[in-house]
Amino acid sequence: MTPGPATATPVNPAPVLELADVSISYSGIVPAVVGVDLMVMPGEIVGIIGESGSGKSTLAHSVLGLLPDSAQISGKTLSLNGIDMLGASEQAMRQLRGPAAAMIFQNPMTTFSPMHKLGRQLMDLLWRERGLSNKEKRQKILKALQDVGLPDPAARLEAYPFQLSGGMLQRVAIAAALLMRPSLLVADEPTTALDVTMEAQILHLMHEIRRNAGVSILMISHHLGVIAEICDRVAVMYAGRIVEEGPVDVIFADPRHPYTKALFACEPALIETGATRLPVIGGEVPRPVRIGCGFAGRCPQVLECCCNATPPWVAVGAGNVSHFSRCHRSAP
Amino acid sequence: MMRETALIEANNLSVAVPRSSRWFPSRKPDLDILVDVSVAVKPGEIVCMVGESGSGKTTFGRALLGLVRPSAGQIVFDGTPLPDFSPPSFKRIRREASLLFQDPVTSFDPRQRIASILAEPRRIARSGSVARSEIEELARKAGLVSPLLSKFPHALSGGQARRAAVARALSVVPRLIVADEPTAGLDVSVQGGVLNLFLDIREEFRTSFLIITHNLSIARHVSDRIVILYLGRVLESGPAREIFRAPRHPYTRALLDSEPIPNPAKRREAPPVIGEVPGLAARPSGCEFHTRCAFAQDRCRHERPLQTAISAEHEVACHYPLTPRLTVVGPPPQRLPKTANR
Repeated sequence: MTPGPATATPVNPAPVLELADVSISYSGIVPAVVGVDLMVMPGEIVGIIGESGSGKSTLAHSVLGLLPDSAQISGKTLSLNGIDMLGASEQAMRQLRGPAAAMIFQNPMTTFSPMHKLGRQLMDLLWRERGLSNKEKRQKILKALQDVGLPDPAARLEAYPFQLSGGMLQRVAIAAALLMRPSLLVADEPTTALDVTMEAQILHLMHEIRRNAGVSILMISHHLGVIAEICDRVAVMYAGRIVEEGPVDVIFADPRHPYTKALFACEPALIETGATRLPVIGGEVPRPVRIGCGFAGRCPQVLECCCNATPPWVAVGAGNVSHFSRCHRSAP
Repeated sequence: MMRETALIEANNLSVAVPRSSRWFPSRKPDLDILVDVSVAVKPGEIVCMVGESGSGKTTFGRALLGLVRPSAGQIVFDGTPLPDFSPPSFKRIRREASLLFQDPVTSFDPRQRIASILAEPRRIARSGSVARSEIEELARKAGLVSPLLSKFPHALSGGQARRAAVARALSVVPRLIVADEPTAGLDVSVQGGVLNLFLDIREEFRTSFLIITHNLSIARHVSDRIVILYLGRVLESGPAREIFRAPRHPYTRALLDSEPIPNPAKRREAPPVIGEVPGLAARPSGCEFHTRCAFAQDRCRHERPLQTAISAEHEVACHYPLTPRLTVVGPPPQRLPKTANR
């Protein structure tokens, strides 16, 4: 479990996921994501951290084309495995879901249909594999369930979702996502609904599947501990924009954006015992703004230009570390 | 435990639900949700009850206020034991205690405005003024601005709804607040505000708190005492500082180690505990944690450990409590094979 992709990556590999200047708005008027650039390389675990309302879930859902009809995506590039998805038809999206990208949701209890046995639901996921007999499909599913450490997989195939605990169901959900051998796994708060002891086990499992299946992971979380535990790179989202991005150890050791700093200051696990009062960020998360900095209203170091000019995306890393921050204060 | 000054005290409180009913008779014995839980909360003290889901922590909070009927044990409030567990007996406690529910929005009447929701406890208790200015003052204490008072619950954000719930809890100046997961679903930048509010209330009114949570880093900051529950039994209880510095029960230590550390340089090699909480219907023999314990011995499988005092206020239920020194040592030496408990 060392930071950085486990396997040596070839020179200049093509990104699994590439977003350039992607904006998403609901009903054409409510912006949720504004001008996001993001890349996920093969075998990499990229984390997106943000509070509720920051647009991180909208971004995750857009990768698989799971947004409601009222959402409008615009931008330069949104491509999975080099295939452009911005103009893709629903038909084409269906071909991509599964082999190109799969998703794990926050609540494992609502991931599955409550009406059908798990075995049947997993079997349905293999509809594309027309060459396989049912028996072969069953073998494949059992193997996948074993790989995620589910005890007694054969019996679980006959179980309904309510008969399994949250942790076990999340394991099944991960197995289901990996059945189609996707190149990208999008995990939207996969451990939020679980107990800490189970969370540690699921995070460990995600590390293992990256190592064994070579899958890239886009991890969405609001929990700094979870991000620190498994990610190689982190993007911090606030009010629809990525405000800071860089390698996980650099961001945690030396956050540059005022929001990232404030967020880290609030994390109870980082505060020394004996503090009489806990720090907070005053005010509420604002709606995403198209012009200016979204954090201006709560920022302790706000400048005059923060409200009327969008801050530039500035490299702040020492040497050739790819560490970027979107702040007027970082601008040269 | 310190009987002399406790505001509320539960002595060997148990909750069991029958598995047999008139229409579905069964020979199965009652299902024990809580077994012999003893907890005391002193005036002005913040006690945190920590446990995984299914540990019975929510049930304990509800049983203390009579929302769940205890099956055995005793509740002592303000020095006088309750005569029985009938609803009228609990009235005395409920007049002076408030419960903060896990989900504030669903605990509000969706068709009442916030101002009316805040005034309701006063109307029921026939104490305190329900004048608009008084309600605004109450809301301000909980950090709610007055324009929010004319809104309906669904229009509030998570943090605002939580503050409204706290304001409602304060409306009759309780001596005890039972808060069930008060920070669940809140962002880190907001949850500190709710906890600070608790600390302010305690300072001003000397209110006691029983906070039910699974979030250890929160417990570390606000609590005076910690109670660790597992399958409805107390495994360890004692002063928060002592427990966080040197947990004596292997389960407590496993819980502490499971909390992910926001520092990429301190990643863990392996999960601290494997497996999950066995079901209440299939309680393991002996020490109930032995199926997941890294230090389990043969004795743990057969003999249930009793609560033993380690220091004046620190009790632990383990045959082989960890020595304080052990907590700095790396991963445990041997691990039991993975066991499926269902």
